[in-house]
Amino acid sequence: MKRYILPSLKLTVVFIIVTAVIYPVLIAAVGKLTPGQGRGETITVNGKVIGYANVGQKFAEDKYFWGRPSAVDYNAAGSAGSNKGPSNPDYLKIVQDRIDSFLVHNPGVKKEQIPAELVTASGSGLDPDLSPAAAKVQVKRIAATRHIDEAKILALVEQQTVKPLLGFMGPEKVNVLKLNVALDEMK
Amino acid sequence: MFAAEFIGPAIQQSFIKLSPRIMWRNPVMFTVEIGTLIMLLVTIYSFTVNDATVGRFGYNLVVFAVLFVTLLFANFAEALAEARGKAQADSLRKTREETPAKKINAVGEIFTDEIQVVASSMLRKGDIFYCETGDIIPMDGEIIEGLATIDESAITGESAPVIREAGGDKSSVTGGTKVLSDHIKVRVTTEPGESFLDKMIALVEGASRQKTPNEIALTILLASFTLIFIIVCVTLKPFADYANTTITIAAYISLFVCLIPTTIGGLLSAIGIAGMDRALRANVITKSGKAVETAGDLDTLLLDKTGTITIGNRKATGFWPAGNVNEKQFIEACVLASLADETPEGKSIIELADTRGFKKPSLQKDKVHFVEFTAETRSSGIDMEGLHIRKGAFDAIRQKVEKAGNKIPVETMNKTKEIAADGGTPLVVSSNDTALGVIELQDIIKPGIQERFERLRKMGVKTVMVTGDNPLTAKFIANKAGVDDFIAEAKPEDKMNYIKKEQSGGKLVAMMGDGTNDAPALAQADVGVAMNSGTQAAKEAGNMVDLDNDPTKLIEIVEIGKQLLITRGTITTFSIANDVAKYFAIVPALFITSIPALQALNIMNLKSPESAILSAVIFNAIIIPLLIPLSLRGVQYKPIGASALLRRNLLVYGLGGIIAPFIGIKLIDMLLGLWL
Amino acid sequence: MNTELTGVIVMFLLSVLLAIPLGKYIAKVFAGEKTLLDFMHPLERFIYRLCGIDPNRKMNWKEFLAAMLTINLVWFVYAFFMLIFQDKLPLNPDGNAGQTPDLAFNTAISFLVNCNLQHYSGESGLTYLTQLLVVTFLQFVSAATGIAALVALFNGLKEKTTNNLGNFWSIFVKATTRVLLPLSFVMGVILAFNGTPASFDGKDTITTLQGDTVNVSRGPAAGMIAIKQLGTNGGGWFGVNSAHPLENPNYFTNIIETIAILLIPMALIFALGYYIKRKKLAYVIFGAMTLLFIIFCSINIYFETKGNPALDKMGIAQDIGSMEGKEIRLGSAATAFWSIATTSTSNGSVNGMHDSLTPVSGGVAMLDMMINALYGGVGVGLLNYFIFIIIAVFISGLMVGRTPEFMGHKVEAREVKIAALITLLSTFLIKAGTAFAAYMLVHHPDVGWAVKPGAWLNNPGYHGFSEMLYEFTSANANNGSGFEGLGDNNVFWNVTTGIVLILGRYLPIIGPLAIVGLLANKKYIPQSSGTLRTDSMTFGVMTLAVIIIITALSYFPPLALGPLAEYFSMK
Repeated sequence: MKRYILPSLKLTVVFIIVTAVIYPVLIAAVGKLTPGQGRGETITVNGKVIGYANVGQKFAEDKYFWGRPSAVDYNAAGSAGSNKGPSNPDYLKIVQDRIDSFLVHNPGVKKEQIPAELVTASGSGLDPDLSPAAAKVQVKRIAATRHIDEAKILALVEQQTVKPLLGFMGPEKVNVLKLNVALDEMK
Repeated sequence: MFAAEFIGPAIQQSFIKLSPRIMWRNPVMFTVEIGTLIMLLVTIYSFTVNDATVGRFGYNLVVFAVLFVTLLFANFAEALAEARGKAQADSLRKTREETPAKKINAVGEIFTDEIQVVASSMLRKGDIFYCETGDIIPMDGEIIEGLATIDESAITGESAPVIREAGGDKSSVTGGTKVLSDHIKVRVTTEPGESFLDKMIALVEGASRQKTPNEIALTILLASFTLIFIIVCVTLKPFADYANTTITIAAYISLFVCLIPTTIGGLLSAIGIAGMDRALRANVITKSGKAVETAGDLDTLLLDKTGTITIGNRKATGFWPAGNVNEKQFIEACVLASLADETPEGKSIIELADTRGFKKPSLQKDKVHFVEFTAETRSSGIDMEGLHIRKGAFDAIRQKVEKAGNKIPVETMNKTKEIAADGGTPLVVSSNDTALGVIELQDIIKPGIQERFERLRKMGVKTVMVTGDNPLTAKFIANKAGVDDFIAEAKPEDKMNYIKKEQSGGKLVAMMGDGTNDAPALAQADVGVAMNSGTQAAKEAGNMVDLDNDPTKLIEIVEIGKQLLITRGTITTFSIANDVAKYFAIVPALFITSIPALQALNIMNLKSPESAILSAVIFNAIIIPLLIPLSLRGVQYKPIGASALLRRNLLVYGLGGIIAPFIGIKLIDMLLGLWL
Repeated sequence: MNTELTGVIVMFLLSVLLAIPLGKYIAKVFAGEKTLLDFMHPLERFIYRLCGIDPNRKMNWKEFLAAMLTINLVWFVYAFFMLIFQDKLPLNPDGNAGQTPDLAFNTAISFLVNCNLQHYSGESGLTYLTQLLVVTFLQFVSAATGIAALVALFNGLKEKTTNNLGNFWSIFVKATTRVLLPLSFVMGVILAFNGTPASFDGKDTITTLQGDTVNVSRGPAAGMIAIKQLGTNGGGWFGVNSAHPLENPNYFTNIIETIAILLIPMALIFALGYYIKRKKLAYVIFGAMTLLFIIFCSINIYFETKGNPALDKMGIAQDIGSMEGKEIRLGSAATAFWSIATTSTSNGSVNGMHDSLTPVSGGVAMLDMMINALYGGVGVGLLNYFIFIIIAVFISGLMVGRTPEFMGHKVEAREVKIAALITLLSTFLIKAGTAFAAYMLVHHPDVGWAVKPGAWLNNPGYHGFSEMLYEFTSANANNGSGFEGLGDNNVFWNVTTGIVLILGRYLPIIGPLAIVGLLANKKYIPQSSGTLRTDSMTFGVMTLAVIIIITALSYFPPLALGPLAEYFSMK
């Protein structure tokens, strides 16, 4: 045992320097070359940073597309999912409430049209995206609130929809923040 | 198998073996015994106190009874195997019970021997006794004086009498055999109760039975499975508390007993005993269970050519005179040259001549001079009345002939080559330094031996022929018989060296031998089989003794060893695979009242929780006696290659072990439904 | 839907395709053959000289383990104190507090043993300094330790008879400089270019489009995330791990990260084949693992894309599967695939909340960790599989009538004893732990711990039981994922899982190395036609059967009471 202590101590110091100092500093240096300079990609409106492209925001007003329910209320200081089990009766009641509330805010939408992702919390609590279906089901409400033609908003959703990677991998998605920014720019 | 004579004592033994002192040697069954004991206490408690949490008295009683029967079944299997083994050994021992022995006492200063008749049991190691025609030999021993024909049929079943004589490798006699002619003096070599047979009986009876290495490893594995299931059952209590479920002690113990590998646990020692028993049935006495197990692993067999691969010794099969010599004259010369030749080859020449109508001539002793074989001349023969007849290897005779200025005839030269090419041995005969012709000696390969070697090869066992022949002849016979390798011109130490060489390559080697000079090699070999006719030294050195003196017995021994391991392996697999069905019977039964959804796991659709648990426990008990015949007979070994064998056994005992209990438990449940 | 499935297939195929050449490369590195990265040689020599190490000194299995355990102990002491005093140390822009002793104990061990069970949330529980100097550092060295242990096994199997399992220091150094660092660097850069933060800036404060003010956590995450995946560590920078949109920004990074989970564990199997020159053995092992892996993936993808039956009953549309705890950009199929990849490899990172998986998927994830040998953690996965091989060799050896042997060495009582004990150990740790927790919960719900037992569970009933079972299963497997609803940051869970972590890490390394040390010391037995070939499909199936039966028999009751009961009650 004794014979191994000294090399252990020295090797530990060397490895801290190599893996925990040199390595991350190198990555940070390369990170400076990336679009967000390694700080994350932001979205700017009128010269003001209004958010990170990849971090979801809370939208509660009827005039905006709503994102998915969040267990941290979109406070990106932290992150969390609901961690609710699929059979948890309390959880199922919360989902039922969300459905009811959605139906109130979106008259004319039938229950079977509501995509489950709109009434279930995301994994991170910061999900920046919606499925196209979850965006489209809100079009009627937004059209009514903003007094814009439904078709035009639908077209905007189509336009903002990101296709699967290379056309064949992964789901389609719509970035809620970008969609809402585009919505604000519409007139 | 279930002969009435064995059943009675076996049942009695089943109860005696319940003693914890015996039981603890088998950890799996020992835990069952503890469970049974707890069940007994619970049963008594539930009879005296009306406590709903421990379940109904009647039910507890039934569970206790089934567990108790499980224990008895396991003990019965072992007892039955012991009874059968003992019976086999007893029948051998019977032959040597109290016979009168003519003990020789040295009397006075002058050694006037006095013969005293005593009971055979009075003889001690080192005593000397006397046997003459018609006597039964009272004890194992070694002939120190004389020669006798002996009928060994009582031991070997072979009716042809054999000759035993003092000195050399055939000096051993076995108690119980009968002297047919002549008389011998024999020194006792074992103390009473210490003969190989006695040792074997002790092994079977369990007194000195030791676990073999594989058995130990398997016991460890089974013990760890048992521990896993202890954990499963103990932790089930808090789990059940969480699920608001009450589980009775009877249910816990039933689950536990069902899950631990009781089937293999109960049959393990029976399988081991049956292995030794099978060896005994093949007339092989094993000195330890380990030897039988090792036999299954053998990589290399050393087989003496003579008697194993070929029938007896080389025999003369033809006389080939040179062109200018007539046959009659040649054969006469051959007979004369072989008169004093006591080797089997020499004798066979006389025999062959006899079949051609040439009788042994009677000669006046003072007029003839026999020339012995020496390493220098490499020939032997006879000098008489101006005739110098010699018989020997081609080179030796040629040297002699050419030295005298003569030439070997071309036909003889060609014939010599021809014989050698056919694997035979040519012996050239000359008269007054003129070559007369050549005698052909041939080995006769035993019929069916090629198939046996082929079978061994499929088992992965290499066969090596040991012979005194020259490499050319050896190679020819080796090819013809289908052995993988040979040791030519073998001296006793060659065997030893070959064994050591193989062993240093990590191989397990077996050999068979009889002579005193075989003893070191027998001891060195992983499995050394001494022939019963062999010397005491050989028998002491080996770890098995073959009563039949049959060198091909090694092949059977290998298969018995393999069968032993296979039986253990397959029943272990079967036993563990059984647990799947038992889970599906018991787990839903335990929780169905508090978690109705688990009814979905009750895929056998068993009637009620109580019936489900009982069915599983009953199945667990009766599978033991059902598998006793298989354990005692052994699972058949087929030399189809290891992977194919594994696939086959996995399918039969693995998959079978998963499916069988589903059917069995369901059937028992339906039967129980008639009463419950 | 279909594009989700093709995405998963691509991830799997790419992992295998990359693992084969990487395996060959790893074998070359440790065999001392020429490789592309030989320019690292001077650096390694410098390290040896600096630390006074003779890289050529041979070690037997006991010396090897002594060196390994000594340096691990040093790391533990170092990490423990760093975590406790992190608030007093620099590089703490967000002003996070020091860890409590029990949490520091758990965290230090957890990262030391390559598990990364996190009873804290990365954004608030650690500082940038500890994220790097403790977490990232341990993520490298614990993975390198795993590789070193495995290479020792390789060395024992390579020679016919040997005492020498190689030099721990040199294998350890090379595992880092030649495998982990270069791969991590490449991956870190890819992540940075896809939007994962890499700078040392602290939390950002922004006003959202709707006018709310929120904070956004950031930090030098990209490098740490790379090694977290590649080293099967799994501990994320952010609390929700790779479900976090900065940790795993898009489907492309998800592909990269998923491949990174599987890459080295798979490659090490191929490395075995190249290193000991028994490629067929490696293919058989890989095939057996993959068969079960694909079955598990299929089950989880089926159930996750099918959706939560309880939500179906409410009459809403579940076209893209069960999305509670999942992210839109990743989708249910990729999350289901990840759930198996991460539990197979003892990685433990997640890209969706396992607590919210449908019952069967959650159960399969646990089953996967109970086996813990389908590819398995870096290095240790194959060591675990080796234990199963020993048991399979033993039983099948008996079944073909020959004293069992593996690669020319007899497997006897001592080896069986060790293998049986290791198997027993995981059953014991998982079940005893869960039973202890269930006992406390039922009988002492009000103990005054930071989280009372009565408040541990985030979900009632069968699912609550699964939360406890999952936690101990994950700890024993050194996995690190969790049913995170469990209130686990308190003395009970920190200490019990900490102990399980230590035992679940070191004994399954010591055991196989002891076995291989003992085996390698024995006489070599050449193969004959009576020998059972361990590189045959038949033996592969046999090993699988042993794995399934042992696992099923050990864990059937708790799995029935948790996931299965939940599943059947929802039907």
